[in-house]
Amino acid sequence: MIEATGLTKHYGRTVAVDNLSFTVSEGKVTGFLGPNGAGKSTTMRMILGLDRPTSGDVRIDGQHYRDLHQPLRTVGALLDAKWVHPNRSARAHLRWLAAASKLPRSRVDEVLDLVGLGGVADKNAGGFSLGMSQRLGIAAALLGDPKVLLFDEPVNGLDPEGILWIRKFMHRLAAEGRTVFVSSHLLSEMAQTAQDLVVIGRGKLIHQGTVDEFIAHATESTVLVRSPELEKLGEHLLGAGAGISDDGDALRVSGMDSAAIGELAAAKQITLHELSPQVGSLEQAFIQLTGDSVEYRTAEAAQRAGQEERA
Amino acid sequence: MTTLLATERIKLFTTRSPWWSAFLALGLTIGFAALVGLNHSGGPLLVEHSQFGTQFGLMVVSVMAALAITTEYRFATIRATFQAVPKRTSVLVAKTAVVAILAAVIGEVAAFGSWLTAYAIDGGPEMAITTGADWRMVAGVGLVFAVTAVIAVAVGTLVRQSAGAISILLIWPLLVENLVVLIPGVGANIHDWMPFTVASRFLNGAEPIAPMGPWASLAYFTGVAAVLLVAALAVANKRDA
Amino acid sequence: MTLLAVERIKLFTTRSPWWCTLIALALTVGFGALMAGTADATEPLNIAATQFGYGFGLVVVMVMATLAITTEYRFSTIRATFLAVPNRPSTLVAKATVVAIMAAIIGELAAFGSWGIASVIKPDIDLTINTAYEWRAVAGVGLVYALSAVVAVAVGVLVRHSAGAIAVLLIWNQLVEPLVQLIPKVGDDIHKWMPFNIANKLITGDPDPTARNVLQGPPPSDAVLGPWPAIGVFAAFAAVLLGIAIVVANRRDA
Repeated sequence: MIEATGLTKHYGRTVAVDNLSFTVSEGKVTGFLGPNGAGKSTTMRMILGLDRPTSGDVRIDGQHYRDLHQPLRTVGALLDAKWVHPNRSARAHLRWLAAASKLPRSRVDEVLDLVGLGGVADKNAGGFSLGMSQRLGIAAALLGDPKVLLFDEPVNGLDPEGILWIRKFMHRLAAEGRTVFVSSHLLSEMAQTAQDLVVIGRGKLIHQGTVDEFIAHATESTVLVRSPELEKLGEHLLGAGAGISDDGDALRVSGMDSAAIGELAAAKQITLHELSPQVGSLEQAFIQLTGDSVEYRTAEAAQRAGQEERA
Repeated sequence: MTTLLATERIKLFTTRSPWWSAFLALGLTIGFAALVGLNHSGGPLLVEHSQFGTQFGLMVVSVMAALAITTEYRFATIRATFQAVPKRTSVLVAKTAVVAILAAVIGEVAAFGSWLTAYAIDGGPEMAITTGADWRMVAGVGLVFAVTAVIAVAVGTLVRQSAGAISILLIWPLLVENLVVLIPGVGANIHDWMPFTVASRFLNGAEPIAPMGPWASLAYFTGVAAVLLVAALAVANKRDA
Repeated sequence: MTLLAVERIKLFTTRSPWWCTLIALALTVGFGALMAGTADATEPLNIAATQFGYGFGLVVVMVMATLAITTEYRFSTIRATFLAVPNRPSTLVAKATVVAIMAAIIGELAAFGSWGIASVIKPDIDLTINTAYEWRAVAGVGLVYALSAVVAVAVGVLVRHSAGAIAVLLIWNQLVEPLVQLIPKVGDDIHKWMPFNIANKLITGDPDPTARNVLQGPPPSDAVLGPWPAIGVFAAFAAVLLGIAIVVANRRDA
């Protein structure tokens, strides 16, 4: 279990993480969701004792990372696949990590085979493609057979095959009963891998709960209604406290489910041609929730790009 | 070419390292001149006393010039540069020119700054810059700095790694040239033709047994820099970026 | 012990330490051979002269030691290291130890190699190591290299960039210390307490006048301490620097 309480990190005057509290429960995949620059990587570095929180606290199973004995046996992490010396072979990279946790050398070959790098183990890591580097990073994370795993944007920049491989791997790790905390800026990715979600924007907690809760909470479900007596139906719906909006030759009703609308129409003897609940997309939900907290808006970005071009 | 010079100027001044280097080079040389001025005794302070710290500045500028090109390799911006301007020779010549001009400016400010500082602390009529030798000793510093910067950019282009290039650029003038003289028999003769030794003869005047006079010494030093630069250009053109 | 093994694996699984070792040995032993080969009746060979390349080796060893830590910052493997071993002081002490041992071995190989090659080239000159001074001049090289490597690791931790750390070390060692002497009045006194000048006292200081031609071999140190107190002071200097580096690394975000 990972527990963060009031976690805060300032870099000079920039507040990267702002009073963040959340828990990651055991034996589940928890997604850590937020737009780019929301403070996900900083939070992960603080969990792993690399960066010191300005204030607040984060513990893994009640202990600070820095106090763990042979931490690779408890926590495995992949924050950046490029954290390897380019002139060191994949095997040598894992060998020194294994030595640090007193793991046998045979374990190095085991994890190399597990991620499918057995054939290139003696090649220098500098020549690896991103996908291969990512596999090496996962091998390093799995080295100590840890209960807790942290991954920072593991599918970023990968080809579809690589994404599929990582996704399957996460499921497998969770099925083995491990705690997996994985960050992403893509909600659709999270919906496929995670059960729980911690959502942040601009360093602040926006939501913590299950994926379904998040979607229900974030998307306002609407019902599309078609009827020859649309105007009359609209008045009754408004009267019953629902919200309506025109959608061409149909009405989009919010705040009332399809059963209630159907019953209302029957009671007022209005014919219905269509009555279909509309589920908002995940991305819509995400943008709706984090919309205020995206660090660089698209318009701003475009403006900047324009200025640079002129310069 | 003016576009290229502008490009390289923007690249140079939009990172921190040249500013740091300039600051450090000036601080060290002028600070050293102040120390010398404050502690001087026995006879009047001379122009040459104010220039004792020049070598600090020279080494810092050499490091700065090497970093100007090696960091491009480090961050692969050299590829972006060659993509924008495929004529590699022009790009590298422009970079060398910009770095050399900055080095010259640092050299002149350092030299005259040191002279002024020493003069302000303990100046007398002996401190006046009058003879040709005096002028070379002070105003010549910028020239030596500029040529050294060319050598540093050339070495940086050849080696491509900051650590390696800087090691060579510091070990060569500070250690190799000085130790060579200790080799019995041939040492002194080899030493006479070592580039930085020759360059110092331009600044400090050539002893009578030296193979070349001051201006010929500068020409020789510049020649060495030119040969290195041409070699670097040839290699950069042949090599994959 | 575990940590020493970790750092040993890290050091020897990249190429740069091997290159540096090769260069350091080639330069020192090569200069030893050069001195022996060119020696004649007017400038006879002695033990001090065989150690002519000592300064070269020292600089290369310091570059090697600096790179051992700065490349960890460069490629962020320092973060992977701190993930595996969150106890930063132990990790850094282990690294300094491994690098110092490596430097000591290079130093001994360089010193005895230079001495040996000179003996081979000039078999008729008696180069037997007899006096305490002669022993220090040869066997002491490893000790000075090892302590200098600790200084280099400490500077590397503080500066974190290869270029900056190497520039600081070389400019200090090769330029600041000798140029300090040019300051009138106080210059010589300051120079006597400069760390590398003090360290050199072990190798080139307190010479036996019958065996030492000052024009040959590395320039003699003018430190006022005796050879052993001098190296003690240098060791303390290295330890203090490493201590500062550890405190800084422990506080800083990795």
